[in-house]
Amino acid sequence: MNNNLKEQVLRSSGVNVLKCMRCGKCSGTCPSYDEMEYHPHQFVYMVEKGDIETLMESKSIYKCLTCFACVERCPRGVEPAKVVEAVRLATIRKQGNNHLIPDAIPEMLDEDLPQQAIVTAFRKYTK
Amino acid sequence: MNTFTYYPGCTLRTKAKDLDTYARSSAEALGISLVEPENWQCCGGAYTTAKDEIATKLSAVRTLNSAKEAGQPLITVCSACHNVIKQTNYDISHDEDMAAKVNNYLKLDEAYTGETTVYHYLEMLRDVVGFDNLKKKVVNSFKGKKIAAYYGCLLLRPSKALAMDDPENPTIMEDFIKAIGGTPVIYAQRNECCGGYITMEDKAQATKRSAKVMNSAQEQGADMIITACPLCLYNLKKNSGSELPVYYFTELLAEALGVKEAGNE
Ligand code: SF4
Ligand code: SF4
Repeated sequence: MNNNLKEQVLRSSGVNVLKCMRCGKCSGTCPSYDEMEYHPHQFVYMVEKGDIETLMESKSIYKCLTCFACVERCPRGVEPAKVVEAVRLATIRKQGNNHLIPDAIPEMLDEDLPQQAIVTAFRKYTK
Repeated sequence: MNTFTYYPGCTLRTKAKDLDTYARSSAEALGISLVEPENWQCCGGAYTTAKDEIATKLSAVRTLNSAKEAGQPLITVCSACHNVIKQTNYDISHDEDMAAKVNNYLKLDEAYTGETTVYHYLEMLRDVVGFDNLKKKVVNSFKGKKIAAYYGCLLLRPSKALAMDDPENPTIMEDFIKAIGGTPVIYAQRNECCGGYITMEDKAQATKRSAKVMNSAQEQGADMIITACPLCLYNLKKNSGSELPVYYFTELLAEALGVKEAGNE
């Protein structure tokens, strides 16, 4: 349990994890469920327990689509996507931890790929 | 004449020129004047919800403030710009701490605290023009066409900030389809995410999600899908493996109003 990291994630996300009643609806509606090792409701619960490092090291932080389905549909207004983002930020803010390397981009481009995809990837995966 | 500040955003200037040109020619035909602010910047493509992220929110605030200074409501077309700008506007009006930090940074003549009204182009059609009036101006009707509206994730959520339509049972795009003479197709995936944002990170996932959306529309008998999002268009067309045609809603609008050629000049 790392209290500093927990504090940081709580502050950064603005989420009150204690409101969660563990119904699992956020995970049920998550379009990335199959791709995630830890699901939205687990993010909320693990942050409550202070188990932040496990989440920070999981690929799940890059699998969230930022679709806000879990935010919209949580019956308790917990807003799990904000927790996922705060954990991702805690990871990529560390020096050398950018998830997207600019040199790798040219290979990913095709003639139709909209700029929107690139600016968003930068915003989500780099600091 | 109704005048609006018009924010095209980066993608409408490049890969999504159709979304932009048809929006402009149609607005003109409808008596709506769109004024582009001089030095707009890219909105960033995704809203950063974190409270300790200020720099990533500034470009959206600058756009909102330029509309405020012009004394005009702001219009967006791209779903992502719309989402980022509306969420920024919501947070700056509801989170004093964030508003203070942003304004310390920007040092505007007058602090910006959420004064601008933001419309998505579709909301402008509904609330300013009116779908009944739009209907009267249609010269090429889409009669007999079964059209599936794709909302995706960004147009409607989070509904407390976007306040565009009912997030689970939206009607705005279907009402638009009816106004141009088409028959709307309702299908399960219309307000679920196509996975476009993940296309550079995990193409397989983007393929899986987009195929699900396309198949869902096809099973309900759609002839075509319409969207407001360049990334959805790309993902649905390119990654899904489906042949179902995907168009920007503004292209159908321009066609219906008989100004499609004007848009292509
Ligand atoms: S939907 Fe809300 S209350 Fe239910 S498990 Fe998820 S975060 Fe908790
Ligand atoms: S925002 Fe992320 S965590 Fe929430 S439902 Fe969408 S993909 Fe899942």
